[in-house]
Order: sequence, then structure tokens, then C-alpha cells
Amino acid sequence: MLKVEGLSKKFKEFAICDITFEVNKGDYFMLLGPSGAGKSMILEIIAGIVKLDNGQIWINGNDVTKASIGKRSVGLVFQDLAVFPNMSVSQNIGYPLRRKGIKKIDEQKKVFEIAEKLSISNLLDRNPALLSGGELQRVALARTLAVEPKVLLLDEPLSSVDVRLRSGLMALLRSLNREGQTILHVTHDYDEAISLGSHVAVVNSGTIVQTGTPVDVFRNPASEFVANFSGIKNFFQGSISDKTEHGLKGFSINGLKVWFYADEIESNGFICFPENAVSVSIDKPENSALNTFQGTIVDIFPQKHGFEVWVDIGVRVAALVTWESVEKLGLKTDKKVWISVKANSVRFIPKV
Amino acid sequence: MPSKFSNSLRDFNQSFSWFRLIASLLGGVLLLFIISPILGMVFATPLESLIKTAGEDEVQQSIWLTIWVAMAATLIFAILSIPLSYLLARFEFPLKRLVLGIIDLPVVIPHSAAGIALLGFMARDSFLGKASSTFGLSLVGTSGGIALAMAFVSVPFLINYAREGFAAVPERLEKAALNLGASPTRVFFTISLPLAWKSIVSGLIMMFARGMSEFGAVIVVAYHPMITPVLIFERFGSFGLKYARPVAVLFIGVCLLVFILVRLIARKEPRDA
Repeated sequence: MLKVEGLSKKFKEFAICDITFEVNKGDYFMLLGPSGAGKSMILEIIAGIVKLDNGQIWINGNDVTKASIGKRSVGLVFQDLAVFPNMSVSQNIGYPLRRKGIKKIDEQKKVFEIAEKLSISNLLDRNPALLSGGELQRVALARTLAVEPKVLLLDEPLSSVDVRLRSGLMALLRSLNREGQTILHVTHDYDEAISLGSHVAVVNSGTIVQTGTPVDVFRNPASEFVANFSGIKNFFQGSISDKTEHGLKGFSINGLKVWFYADEIESNGFICFPENAVSVSIDKPENSALNTFQGTIVDIFPQKHGFEVWVDIGVRVAALVTWESVEKLGLKTDKKVWISVKANSVRFIPKV
Repeated sequence: MPSKFSNSLRDFNQSFSWFRLIASLLGGVLLLFIISPILGMVFATPLESLIKTAGEDEVQQSIWLTIWVAMAATLIFAILSIPLSYLLARFEFPLKRLVLGIIDLPVVIPHSAAGIALLGFMARDSFLGKASSTFGLSLVGTSGGIALAMAFVSVPFLINYAREGFAAVPERLEKAALNLGASPTRVFFTISLPLAWKSIVSGLIMMFARGMSEFGAVIVVAYHPMITPVLIFERFGSFGLKYARPVAVLFIGVCLLVFILVRLIARKEPRDA
């Protein structure tokens, strides 16, 4: 459907390098990355708004690298929406229809159909200046859908919408995709990528650092960047230095040794474990945990479900502790504590 | 209920500072400087002489001539200026600064000098003079020549206002329209032009006003047919202040009326065509 190969573009202080990915028909493809990673630029290059230096773009097998903006069969919804302020909502939605030589009556019918689908038929006569962020988002989306784009390009579509309306808009995007609309969606939000995407490409500093299904990417982050970006805080680089008969492996990080189960042959790589697999105690725990370390609390702050406690054991490890435990143990910064990590919650990711 | 005026007066008083007081006094002196000669002239003109002058054929004809020639010059040159303004606002090209300088040239050169230059340009033996005479038109001493003289000195106002108007239109809106399949021409007429409309109208009014009040360039190119500024000058030269005044007052009144009318008409912005 959409194939991008070796796309490069140099700006004064920023460059997009060798971007390659493929979006199949019916995919919901996410480009995930922090602000300034070059995600929006990739969309604008695909839409033909920004000229590229190198690379090729195919849509449905046709090379559109040099095609003009209006002839690419892609519909771009800008982050700032770009709803025309000099036209009513219905004129905005009808704007792309007028060129096709459609009769006025059919145009109105089509506008109404799309507006119904996006639940904005009550806004058709309104002036865009009087609409909320969520309503404007739907108008911009409706206007782009009127083009019947082969690929719908969305630039941070949920950023102008408040939390209350997010789930509604996400459901709408999901249903559009289920109806067969191919979507390429740019976001900086990990949750958004997980919940909507069928495929994810992680973008950083103008390059794609990993591509795959959301599960692939977040289960097996290929770099510390991807891991941190996907919310994994305990992610360490090192190498396997010991092995036992029972399949236990010892992983050395800065002189510390973390034990875990794995069949890996590679020795260099990363280990990661979730925050809620780390337990904190005042005295040395008398359990079977192999990975027990003493350290000092360096930071502690509230989270949605308890406190995030950072303990320095030579490297900094994050633990998620309930409100009750924090009170009971009297946890505060500079306090000496023990942490333990279950060996079977540690995952090894070989270095590629 | 406090009026809008008393509200703004209260706001002004609440934020008292010496700087504002002095600035207001200085500004007041300047306003007086502009208004008092005009008011002085209006009060020095008896109503009966004003009515008598308004009835004169020569005066009526010259006022009509001034208005329609200035209007025609503005509209014809708008067709050349507005697309140029758009190019200047949107695109970078070699020698752009030079082009901008050329556009401002008529504002900085003396208008009588501009008139002399134009006279040579449109004389019978020049290219333009020859070209127009093949169509049976003559420029020197005709309303066509007056229109060219008016346009020459006033067109920078339109170009600069329109250019600022286009520059203020977010480029994103144009890109969005292109992405929706509109041609560049359609984007210009449905997005850029309507959104820059207010500035363009201001530019048209400024050009029209400047054209109507032009004297220096016009008198060199065409003493006859007589536009009102030339008529005022002629009456002053031949008969003195007393006879020039009623025409001047009348012309100022007509100018004000025309501007108010144009503003009112232009208030309504064009929508998507």
C-alpha cells in the first residue's frame, strides 16, 4: 500500500536519515517517538508538502516520489488541524468534493454522510472559530476523509483533545481502521501506540530505531531508548558472566550480578525487569530470592498506584511500592533499604 | 450603566503615569497640528460660497474625473499588484530585496520628478506612446495619462498592504488545501485571497486615496482635463485663497464620504467562491 524507502532530508540543524518502512492495506501503523524526532516531517514528506533529498515513496505500487501534493491519494490531518477559518464546517468538509465535478446536491449529501459518521452533523453550519479542540479535530478528519485517501496520515491527532474526549476519538479511529482505512499515525504517546497500532516504528533523531508489532517492540526493545520510551525503567546493559547447571545465568552490570533464567547463547545484551517485580524491605529478606541488594533511596515520588522509589545499588533501580508499604516502612530519601528481584521476572535481550 | 467611553477613561486614569501624561500631551499637539488647518479652512469658508462652488460645472466635472480616474487606476493596477504581492509574501527568489526596493521607489522620489519621467515614458515618440497611438489612444493630456501618473505614485501602498496580508495567512492552510486536491489557483482564490482580504482592501483604499490626492506627477503629465487638486492650484494661482478654499473644502468632504462608503462596502468579506 504505502512503501517508503531510504527517505532522507537534511535541514539546517536536523536531518532525517534513511527512513524505510512499509504499511500494508488495512494496517494501523504508528510512528512513535519523542518531540523533535522528525515524525511530522516524515508525514509531510509522504504528503509531498516537504521535498525530499533522497529516497522513494510508492503508493499502491505507483512511484509518487515526484508527484504533486494533490495527486498522491494521501490525506493528511495536520497537528494544528488547519481548518479553514473563512468557511463554515460544511464548506470545510465539502472543500475537497467540489473539484470532482460533483453536483451541489450530491456534495451536500456526502458532507452530511461523513458528518454523521463522525458525529458532527449538528455543527455543519457553525463557524470553526467557535468550536472546541475535539470538534475541530473531527472537522479536520471529516474533511480529509472526504478525499477518500488511500492512506490517512494523522499528525498527533489526540494532542488537541482533552482526556475526557480521547477515548471517544480513539474508538472512532479504531472503527475507521476496522472499516478498511489504512492509517499512518504519528504520536509521542506510548499508550496511544499500544492501544491503536497494529504496527509500530520507533523514531529517534530522524531515524527509525525499531519496527514491529507493538508486542514485539515493547517486549523486546532493541535499545535503551526504546525501553525507556516504552516506560521500562529498569533496563541495563552488560554481559552474561556466569552459568549454573540449572539454566541460571549471571549477568554482570558494573560489578553487580543479577541472576535470571535464559537459554541465550549470546553473552552481550540487556536485561530488563518491571518496576513492580522489585520489592523493598528494611532488613535483609529471608526468602529464596537470588537477587538481593542493599542500597540507598535516592528519590521517591507518588504515582497513580503507589510510589515510585529509586534505589541506588551501584546502578539506579526503580521499584513500585504501595502507599501502605511506604508508610509502614517509613521510606524516605537517604534511607538504607534492601531490594530483591525475582530471577524469573528478569528478561534478557541480546544485543543485535 | 457606565458608557464604553467612561469605562475606557477610567482604565486610562487608573493606569496613570507621568510618561503617559507627557506622551498624551505631545500626541495632542500633533493631532491639533493636523486638524486645526483643516478646521480653520472649513470655518473660513462661508456656506453660500460652498453651495455656489458645488453648483459649478467645472468643479463637478473635476471631482467626478478625479474619483473615477483614481478608482480605475486602482482597479486596473490591482490586477497587476495583487499576484505580485502574493509572490513576494510566499516565495524567496534572487534579487527579491531589489524588487522590494523598486516597489518603494515611487514613494521616495519627488512626485514632480516622477511626472517628468512618466512624461518621457508616455510621449508620442516613446514605445508606450507609439503603442497606444496605434489604438487611437493618446496618453499625454488625457485621463489615461492621469491614471498612469496616479498609479505610479500610489501603487506601492497597495503592494505593501497586500503583501503583509498574504504573509499573515498561515502557509499551512494553503498546504492543507493542496493536500485536499485543490489546484494552486483554487487555493489562491478560496484561501489566500479571502484571508488576506482585509489588508488588501486597506491597500486598495490607501492607493485610491493617494491617487485621488496626487498633484505633482499629474500636473506635469496632464494639466487638462483638470483633476480637483490641479483645479484648486489653478484657482489659488489665478484668483487667490478665497476662491481656492471652497473647492478644497468640497473636495475634502467628498474624499471623506467616498472612504466611508468604500469601508462600509468592503466590510463584508468574500467567502469561499
